[in-house]
Amino acid sequence: MAKLMVNGVERDAALEDTAPLLWALREDLGLTGTKFGCGIAACGACTVLVDGQPTRSCVMPIAAVIGKPIHTIEGAAARKPYAAVREAWIAEQVPQCGYCQSGMVMATVALLEQKPMPSDADIDAAITNICRCGTYPRIRKAIHRAAADLAKGAR
Amino acid sequence: MIKSRTRRRLLIAAGLVGGAFLVGGYFFYRPRDRLRLPVGAAVPKGVAWVTGWLRIGADGSVTVAVPRQEMGQGVTTALPMLVAEELDCDPASLRFAQAPIDSLYANATMIADGVPFRPDDHGWLARIARVSQYKVGELLGVQATGGSSSVRDGWEVMRQAGAAARAMLVGAAAARWGVAAGECRTERGVVSYSNRSLRYAELVAEAARQPIPQQPALKDPARYRVIGTAMARLDVPAKTDGSAQFGIDVRVPGMRYAAIVQCPVFGGTLKRVDAAKAKAMLGVLEVFELEATSTSAAAVAVVADSWWHAKSALGALDVEWNEGANARLDSAAQRQLYANLLADAEGRVYEKVGNPLVELTAERQVLQARYEVPYLAHATMEPINCTARVKDGRCEIWVGSQAPTLVQWLAAGPAGVDRDKVTVHTPFLGGGFGRRAEMDVVVQAASIARRMAGTPVQLLWSREEDMQHDLYRPMAMAQLRCALDAQGGIRAWHHRIVGQSCTGGITARLQPLAASDLMKDKTTAEGAFDLAYAMPHRLVEHVLVHQPVPVGFWRSVGHSYNAFFVEGFLDEVAHSARRDPYEFRRALLAGAPRHRRVLETAALKAGWGTPLPPRTGRGIALAESFHSIVAQVAEVEVGADKTVRVKRVVCAIDCGKAVNPGIVAAQMESGIVFGLTAALHGAITLKNGRVEQSNFPSYDMVRLADSPAIETHIVDSGWEHLGGVGEPGTPPIAPAVANAVFAATGQRLRRLPLRLG
Repeated sequence: MAKLMVNGVERDAALEDTAPLLWALREDLGLTGTKFGCGIAACGACTVLVDGQPTRSCVMPIAAVIGKPIHTIEGAAARKPYAAVREAWIAEQVPQCGYCQSGMVMATVALLEQKPMPSDADIDAAITNICRCGTYPRIRKAIHRAAADLAKGAR
Repeated sequence: MIKSRTRRRLLIAAGLVGGAFLVGGYFFYRPRDRLRLPVGAAVPKGVAWVTGWLRIGADGSVTVAVPRQEMGQGVTTALPMLVAEELDCDPASLRFAQAPIDSLYANATMIADGVPFRPDDHGWLARIARVSQYKVGELLGVQATGGSSSVRDGWEVMRQAGAAARAMLVGAAAARWGVAAGECRTERGVVSYSNRSLRYAELVAEAARQPIPQQPALKDPARYRVIGTAMARLDVPAKTDGSAQFGIDVRVPGMRYAAIVQCPVFGGTLKRVDAAKAKAMLGVLEVFELEATSTSAAAVAVVADSWWHAKSALGALDVEWNEGANARLDSAAQRQLYANLLADAEGRVYEKVGNPLVELTAERQVLQARYEVPYLAHATMEPINCTARVKDGRCEIWVGSQAPTLVQWLAAGPAGVDRDKVTVHTPFLGGGFGRRAEMDVVVQAASIARRMAGTPVQLLWSREEDMQHDLYRPMAMAQLRCALDAQGGIRAWHHRIVGQSCTGGITARLQPLAASDLMKDKTTAEGAFDLAYAMPHRLVEHVLVHQPVPVGFWRSVGHSYNAFFVEGFLDEVAHSARRDPYEFRRALLAGAPRHRRVLETAALKAGWGTPLPPRTGRGIALAESFHSIVAQVAEVEVGADKTVRVKRVVCAIDCGKAVNPGIVAAQMESGIVFGLTAALHGAITLKNGRVEQSNFPSYDMVRLADSPAIETHIVDSGWEHLGGVGEPGTPPIAPAVANAVFAATGQRLRRLPLRLG
């Protein structure tokens, strides 16, 4: 049994520490906002923040994240850009089926923490998650909007 | 029970094979009460149903029962808007709930759309066929989401439901005040008379006891305040904070997890399995053999305390399959077969006008080309899953499904209970695109749950299982021939398609007894036999092939390939006639003003004809599907390394009028990106009877970096022309891009995915 620091709270995961973090989050801790999409880190639906880094939890062994702060979509409010990202997502009406959006939002939160005013090229490089509904054009707009809102707030 | 099931089966058969005419006059003319309450309707205290379509809570909230499933297309917003408009409630008070299973919520429009008639055919035969098929749809009573039909099907009844509820609320207020109902006014959830007013919430208990008016008066569209606005989607907030519940997120107390491996060759069976090692693995509870059924493949499932444990144990199974007759199936041989059929076989005629074969063998110059597309997987982002519990003679199912009624029917058998003992819960769908109209995972989950004797089980397929056991968009090949007239218009046109039948496929999976080649599957030739272009002599035929690869509905179905064939070839014809491809199409649409306006809008907004940088080109394509007309102009840049980069897409759509223009635009973007993945990347291929692709690296997707800027322009043609929007954005994009590649490079690409030589 591994002790995980998830969304600011220490929690016990029942899974052995060789198993991927994703399944501990979804099954042991009931944090189903983080999604399973491919199991091979190809789609980004399972993106969470580990030490502030966007991390594809479907291939990340539990052992590698013990003791590190983990943030999932359920605890994303603790990350500074999240509120602006969420507002921008709603303003641009980004989600359709919505399944990939937790991963998209978490990848965006990480991007804005590292690059508060990302260029289109920065967005292209950072947001490699797959969305089958094709929300990409709106995601790009929403990221720029969130960045602008955050910059206004900082002033 | 048995009797009713048999009747249902016969009805399915009648409906699906087009035997609509067999249905008797009694059923035909029996009026249908579409405002009644659903059977067994139960709601929390302080809430009342007002008709079967909405409930009003003590807090003033209006919860609309949405009869279609939300899979991203926005039905849980667009349909409540219809109710809200006529109810005169505050749009901010709107909530939605997926409707329970009840024939009240059946989608007859989708069934009626299956008749193989041109959309502009309003002759007596076409009319009778549509009405009959609609009646069959009502009798089947199936709640299904597909065919871009939700708003069209809900348009009348859901506005009526809002109007009826409003009349009942007004009736209750008028009775309380002792005044005439006609003297009362309604606005934003309040009934008023003179200086008196009551909120809907205060009236709802009395209103629910008022008689339900069957033909309530509907508003003049000029007075619409909700319909026609880009109201924010009701499902979006929950989809930004992780709280939206998909099938995979269902958690039932005591639930176990199942992983599955299915026979890698289509139609194979299980030879033997040694599960000793797997059973000894951490967390493993059970290993089950699942026999192949008409609906699902032969498989072995592992049940464990965690999906990770179940999945890991699959690798420890020692399985041998009887691969059977399809073990040598391969794509190269299939292509050869299709090419042979294209050359030699005569197909079933979908449209014949004039003397096309005579015209095409005459002295005139005939242009000819062969086009083809591969099988495609749906690859919904949420992998296929279903949760089931079979306990005390009852079966409970939780699944994101496009056809919850079919879930109820198909789960009963494997669960070993009667159909009326099956309860279906319908969370959000993490993508549907036609994949979630299928029942394979439901049959498997019900079968596993039955053997788990009361313990609930969530069966989840890996991405690899999903990709290798899909019901694919058919591979298809076409030969097109065309002869021009002296004025540069089209004199004769011949389009022969070779491929499988999606409707035949799904019929065989759901009800094998009803499957028959006699059925003329409209979807195989849709987008080919129903063109608006002036072509005085034309022949459109489809050569039906049977292949072991299961095929199913994939966003826009036959349009997904026929638009590529038709619009690609038409572009070739234009160039060979030395005409501008836009002007050429425009001239052919002289008799189709709506199509012409859509084409003109796209061309104008895209700056058609204005100069572009080198190695950049524009391509245009038009396709009518699901009662909407869409034109797209793609701007493409071809790199020195021959990569195709789509920079910008301008899209024009005539869907009559937009109930929610914001959702229409989003659906155009969605359809375009979905079609772009097919145009640039998508191919499912077979070798040794196995699908060669297994996950996103080998079946790649368009990503954000490759996604073009998209702008959508809605062309208004009136509420009487209401069309769908979930699918129509997809068909034109592949030909628009291929045509743009030609404009940029001079290379004509006739095969998807597009690969420059």
